[in-house]
Amino acid sequence: MNSRKIEILVGLFVALAVAALLMLALKVADKGFSGNGETYELKAKFDNVGGLKERSPVKVGGVVVGRVGSIKLDEDDFTPVVTLVISEEYDQFPTTSSVSILTSGLLGEQYVGLQPGFLLDENDILKPGQFIEDTKSALVLEDLIGQFLFSRNND
Amino acid sequence: MEWFAGIGRSTMGMAAGLGRAAYLLFGSLVARPQPLKNFPLTIRQIYVVGVQSLLIIIVSGAFIGMVLALQAYTVLVDYGAEQSLGPMVALSLLRELGPVVTALLFAGRAGSALTAEIGLMKATEQLSSLEMMAVDPLRRVIAPRLWAGIISMPLLALIFSTVGILGGHAVGVDWLGVDSGSYWSVMQAAVDFNDDVMNGVIKSVVFAFVVTWIAVFKGYDAVPTSEGIGQATTQTVVYSSLAVLGLDFVLTALMFGTH
Repeated sequence: MNSRKIEILVGLFVALAVAALLMLALKVADKGFSGNGETYELKAKFDNVGGLKERSPVKVGGVVVGRVGSIKLDEDDFTPVVTLVISEEYDQFPTTSSVSILTSGLLGEQYVGLQPGFLLDENDILKPGQFIEDTKSALVLEDLIGQFLFSRNND
Repeated sequence: MEWFAGIGRSTMGMAAGLGRAAYLLFGSLVARPQPLKNFPLTIRQIYVVGVQSLLIIIVSGAFIGMVLALQAYTVLVDYGAEQSLGPMVALSLLRELGPVVTALLFAGRAGSALTAEIGLMKATEQLSSLEMMAVDPLRRVIAPRLWAGIISMPLLALIFSTVGILGGHAVGVDWLGVDSGSYWSVMQAAVDFNDDVMNGVIKSVVFAFVVTWIAVFKGYDAVPTSEGIGQATTQTVVYSSLAVLGLDFVLTALMFGTH
């Protein structure tokens, strides 16, 4: 085993460890490299996004069709704008579609449920970057309990 | 009286051993370090203790990640919380299992080999001959091995954790059907780079230092007979495993205990 070969192997070992650290930093601890396959973006305004996170799934009838790209506040009216990154495969959603923030299971993760509407006209297909008008916010447990108590006091 | 004498003898023996171990550390690392001159020797030792341990680290990392995912899934699925599989696997590996299991495997795979090698050098009087040639064995033999251990083990622990998380992904996502995006996104929300990844690295640097120190000291201090070398090798594995597990508790309490 000559020393040149040993140096190369040690170099590879260190490079492997650095790659592992990079993966831990970028993929495990922080934002990952997303993007597999062609995608397009849709936007939706919610009153409250609850516990929705970036990269949460977007589902149609339980089938994952995309991910949440980014969640930002609109600078004019201070409502959250959620960017949905949808697979190019599913590009035929009508403009009458609605989105809502749902929870999987009682304590599970929150995701975006997309409910396709009726296609009235051939031109009424959601185009990339277009806003989905019909949105339903996340269910916040505290609000729900508050409403319940309020309605009981009225009785 | 004989009983008290026994206690006194073993206490003095322990103190003398600690002193010799501290002297070895001082002589090899602190007193006039020559890192540049010994750099090629260190590279060679990194190859021996680091590169040659890669296979066992990668294989056990993959299997530990897989079995973690499998076990966690059976519990979490009852509560509909199988999305929490990602943080469960990642946090267990980064905080505890990565540094600890790597240190235990390293003690068994590389630490015992270091002890046996140095012990045999002593038994065959190679160390004495080095001294005869006015070469300091502490600097020529011990220091490169110590540095190689301290450099290699954190790298091995990082590789272990990464492979384990990928193994957990293979079982959880590809086999049991947890959503891949949830696996990563919930993990990303739960794992903090400084709190979890860097604390794991700090842990494995501490373990690396302790395990390698015990290994080279036990070899350097071994009784120069075949029996003595065997005993020293056993002691290396036992002492470093106990030290790692004990220190792990202390470090965990310091790092994550106050939340």
